[in-house]
Amino acid sequence: MRDLRLAMRAGGGFGLGLAFFLIVVTLVPFGVGPETGLLARIAPGILWLGALLACLLSLDRILALDWEDGSLDLLATSPLPLEGIVTMKALAHWITTGLPLVIASPLFGVLMSLPEAGYAPLVLSLLLGTPALSVIGTFGAALTVGIKRGGLLLSLLVLPLYVPTLIFGAEMARRGAEGTATSTPMLMLAGISAGVIALLPFASGAVLRVNLR
Amino acid sequence: MELLVSDLSVARGGVPVLEGLNFRLAAGHALILRGPNGIGKTTLLRTIAGLQPPLAGRISLDREAMTYAAHADGLKATLTVEENLAFWAAVFGTDEVGAALEGFALRDLRARLAGALSAGQKRRLGLARLLVTGRPVWVLDEPTVSLDVEAVAMFVRAVRAHLAGGGMALMATHIDLGLDEAAVLDVGPFRARATQEDHFDGVFL
Repeated sequence: MRDLRLAMRAGGGFGLGLAFFLIVVTLVPFGVGPETGLLARIAPGILWLGALLACLLSLDRILALDWEDGSLDLLATSPLPLEGIVTMKALAHWITTGLPLVIASPLFGVLMSLPEAGYAPLVLSLLLGTPALSVIGTFGAALTVGIKRGGLLLSLLVLPLYVPTLIFGAEMARRGAEGTATSTPMLMLAGISAGVIALLPFASGAVLRVNLR
Repeated sequence: MELLVSDLSVARGGVPVLEGLNFRLAAGHALILRGPNGIGKTTLLRTIAGLQPPLAGRISLDREAMTYAAHADGLKATLTVEENLAFWAAVFGTDEVGAALEGFALRDLRARLAGALSAGQKRRLGLARLLVTGRPVWVLDEPTVSLDVEAVAMFVRAVRAHLAGGGMALMATHIDLGLDEAAVLDVGPFRARATQEDHFDGVFL
C-alpha cells in the first residue's frame, strides 16, 4: 500500500497546488487594496478559498494517470480492494497537496495580515478540513475517470460537495481570528471529515467498478 | 484449480458481442482465443478478469488466483524498470523481482526509467509483471504486440515454465506463438445475434 503513494508521488505535479495557493493569496491584496483592516477581516475566508482551489487543481490527476496507462485495470484485478486503493489515492493526494498547504498556511497568513490569534485556528481548521477535500475529490475523480476532458465536469461535481467543509472551515478560522470560541465549527468540521473518510471510499470504489466496465 | 466457463454471454457498451461460450481450462494447460478484430475477445477477457459483469452465464474462477494483462502495460514512466516491478511485487505480496527481470532479459535495463524504454521493451516489462504476481491463472490480451521474434520466444518460454508449474494461461492473440500444446478456441461462431440491453447500461444508451 505504501508503494502506491510512492508511485503517485513520482507521477503527480508536486508543489503545483502550493504555488497556485501562493499566487491566489498574493493576488488578493492587489485586487482589494492593501488596507490592513479589510485584509485581516477577509483573510480566513480567502485562505480557505485558496486552499480549496489549490486542492481542486490536482484532483483530475488522482486517477486519470492510472486510467491512461492501464494500471487502474491491473490494480482492480489485484489483491487490493478498490476501496483501499481509493483511500490510498486520497491519502497520497492529501500528502502531496493538503499537507503542504497546512504547513505553509501561516506564511500566507502573514501575507494577508491575519491577526495573531488567528494562526493556530487557521492551521488547525486546514488540518481538519483538507483530508475531507481530498477524499471528496477522489470520489469526484472516480466519477469522471475515463471521460475525456473530465476536469471541468469534475470541478462542477466536486465544488458543491465542498461547501459544508468550506463553511465550517472558514468559520472556524474567522472565529479564531476574532478571538471567539472555535469549538462548535471545529467539531462540525472534524465530524464532516471523519464521516466523509469513513463512508466515501466505499462510494468511490463502487463508482470506479462501474466506470471500469 | 480450473477455469470453467458455462453458457457465457458478454456485452460491450450494452451491446452483446459474444454468447453461448463454453470452455474449460485445467491446471497446466493454455487456451488461445482467436477471432477477427472487434469480435469481443478483449470484452471476454475483461469479463473473465472480473472487470465487468457477464450478461448471462457463469464463470467459475477464484479471483484471487487470477492476474490480468491488458493492451496497456500499466507502467509508470517516471519509475525505473526495477521500481515498477517492485511496486507490483508489493501489491501482490511476493518477492520475485529478480526472477522476473531474468525471465524477460531486463536485467541490463533495470535502472532505466520505464518512460525511456522502446515499445517492445515496455511490453517485456509488462509481461515480466506476470511473473511477479505469482498468480496461477494468467489472462492475457494480445501479449505479443510489438515484441520481436526473440522476445516472443522469451514469452513462450515463460508461459511454458508457468504451465509446468501448474499454472494456466488464457490468451487472445493473432500470431502463431509456436505454443503447440495450447488448445485454440475460435470465438467467431459465438458472435451474438439478438440485441438486448441490460437494465443498467440501457439507461445510458
